[in-house]
Amino acid sequence: MGGDAPGLRVDTVRALRDAGITALLAFGLFLPLVGFQTVTDVRNDLILVTRWPLLLAVVAVVGIGRLAYSLAVEPWLRQRALLPATPAPAWRVQAGKWFLPFAIGFVVAYPAIVLATAGFGRAVKWIDNFGIQVLIYVMLGWGLNIVVGLAGLLDLGYVAFYAVGAYSYALLAKTFGFSFWILLPLAGVLASFWGILLGFPVLRLRGDYLAIVTLAFGEIIRIVLINWVDLTNGYAGITGIPRPTFFGIPFNAEDDGFAAVFGLEFSPIYRTIFLYYLILALALLTAFVTVRLRRLPVGRAWEALREDEIACRSLGINTTNTKLTAFAMGAMFAGFAGSFFAARQGFISPDSFTFLESATILSIVVLGGMGSQIGVAIAAIAMIGGTEIMRELDFLKLIFGSTFDPTQYRMLLFGFAMVLIMIWRPRGLISTREPSVVLKERKIIGADLVKEGHG
Amino acid sequence: MTTRLLTVRGVKTFYGRVMALKGVDLEVNEGEIVTLIGANGAGKSTLMMTVCGNPRAREGTIEFAGHDITRLPTHEIARLKLAQAPEGRRIFSRMTVLENLQMGSITAEPSEFARDLDRVLALFPRLSQRIGQRGGTLSGGEQQMLAIARALMAQPRLLLLDEPSLGLAPLVVRQIFDAIKTLNAESGLTVFLVEQNAYHALKLAHRGYVMVNGRITLSGTGRELLEHSEIKSAYLEGGRH
Repeated sequence: MGGDAPGLRVDTVRALRDAGITALLAFGLFLPLVGFQTVTDVRNDLILVTRWPLLLAVVAVVGIGRLAYSLAVEPWLRQRALLPATPAPAWRVQAGKWFLPFAIGFVVAYPAIVLATAGFGRAVKWIDNFGIQVLIYVMLGWGLNIVVGLAGLLDLGYVAFYAVGAYSYALLAKTFGFSFWILLPLAGVLASFWGILLGFPVLRLRGDYLAIVTLAFGEIIRIVLINWVDLTNGYAGITGIPRPTFFGIPFNAEDDGFAAVFGLEFSPIYRTIFLYYLILALALLTAFVTVRLRRLPVGRAWEALREDEIACRSLGINTTNTKLTAFAMGAMFAGFAGSFFAARQGFISPDSFTFLESATILSIVVLGGMGSQIGVAIAAIAMIGGTEIMRELDFLKLIFGSTFDPTQYRMLLFGFAMVLIMIWRPRGLISTREPSVVLKERKIIGADLVKEGHG
Repeated sequence: MTTRLLTVRGVKTFYGRVMALKGVDLEVNEGEIVTLIGANGAGKSTLMMTVCGNPRAREGTIEFAGHDITRLPTHEIARLKLAQAPEGRRIFSRMTVLENLQMGSITAEPSEFARDLDRVLALFPRLSQRIGQRGGTLSGGEQQMLAIARALMAQPRLLLLDEPSLGLAPLVVRQIFDAIKTLNAESGLTVFLVEQNAYHALKLAHRGYVMVNGRITLSGTGRELLEHSEIKSAYLEGGRH
């Protein structure tokens, strides 16, 4: 390899040494984590079991991975860094143009595609666990995107508004028998009221301090839900929440049910499909409102607020109102999503509104790229859809044994994926920001007007 | 006759217990360029920020165009057509030049946006080349132009400029000062300029004030101050660009 440029030479000795050190580190790290396991035997005593083959496998994977990285990936990366940047190829520009219509077409046709491929019996699972679940998080991600991505207010307690929406629907529907369609906007209004309530005390805070207060707020709401047993039934949660109807026609097997009215055979799938389109409509409403708001003064003020609060004030923007509208707007969409969640589950309890939910939604926004709608949607599909897909990876049991449950490794994988994405794309999957306004006619200024030419 | 636009009377401003402004009096008349010069830490920027309401003056009064603005919040002061190109420029770096200018016009008449845009782009042609570029990708001089242009988009009666020459090449400084002169001469814009670059600022200004340790120690026409021996020795020696 004498002919290679010095920077590109592959140093085999160094690569082997690095791989050895990495394997050694992995051995030290995984010895207690993987090598030893405690199990209870028949007499209920704890005994220590060693798992040398598994430990060796893990160490080998790490060592060989490091070797492959130094021998193959690193030279490739260095080579690529030397090449001049090339403009995006034409196919990618074309693909970018068609992506959005295609994506919307796909999500609209998704139930039909699932019905056609998975069959009637299995379709419920795919539409419900996969489609609806992902869309709830897409909507929550888009809602939080207003607060975090656009206005730049780090909110770690977003799930509180989701909870307010869910409990508003559950309690009002059970107590007063109001229909879903009345309570949906009402839940949004109540949640945004709480958004403003949170907004007031935190107006002066930014960054870390704001994050801590919002985190506390989320916990307060959850703890109130647990302890106010008279109203919320505490840990036990609320059961028997009325399900949404098809504009007054319930989804049940009775004579006035949806199936009977439309002359179909009764099946739970109609409700599932209806719920799917309901959350799809709600999510698209969130996206549409956000896109529109970005072009209005209030949306631009949010983005300016994220950039520089002092400059905003000196330009005549009332930053108090701007922050409160951001909190209220973000909370409102969480309230919508919450009331949908309660209506879909038929059961809610404080367990659904833990800090982990807030963290998941926030990571969706951060991974997707703050402020980017499409990025957030992709991140939600990857994170939430990824979890659901993991339940389906039965073939892994053939490799790791029948007790292997891939979903248990969810957090490990997410942590890993998040670290990787933050290394490669520190600003999220989609970090480019679309300008909210462009000049229609290109202004051409003559060279005589530009006094000093280029510089 | 001249009308008084900005009147500062006995203003004292504190940072915690430290008195940064120790009773400042000055005024700016309509159509004037007034400059405030002084060394680092003299309180120039504090005065400018106090005029804008952040921090608030603990004592004294500030009047602008007949309104007492001493206790008004910053954004309401801005709505009275007092625009500011703040220290450090503070442009919105992830937003495009056009979006920055649009943010500036928030207090202006929306129907006059196109006209105002043409006007500031004619004043700073460089910005029209950069119109779709993100603010953060501009050079320092271009960012300063953008900060001034953004303030102008508000159709101000009084423009406050805090150290527009800071960290810029002499050629760019001249360009920016030329623009200020043009604005004042052609549209009669009143400008209150805070500068360390005393020579340029005093040459440009009709009147000037000198601030030392939170007090105004000298005032006079730009020419008088330029000739003043104390100023010559304290601010101008070797400071000629």
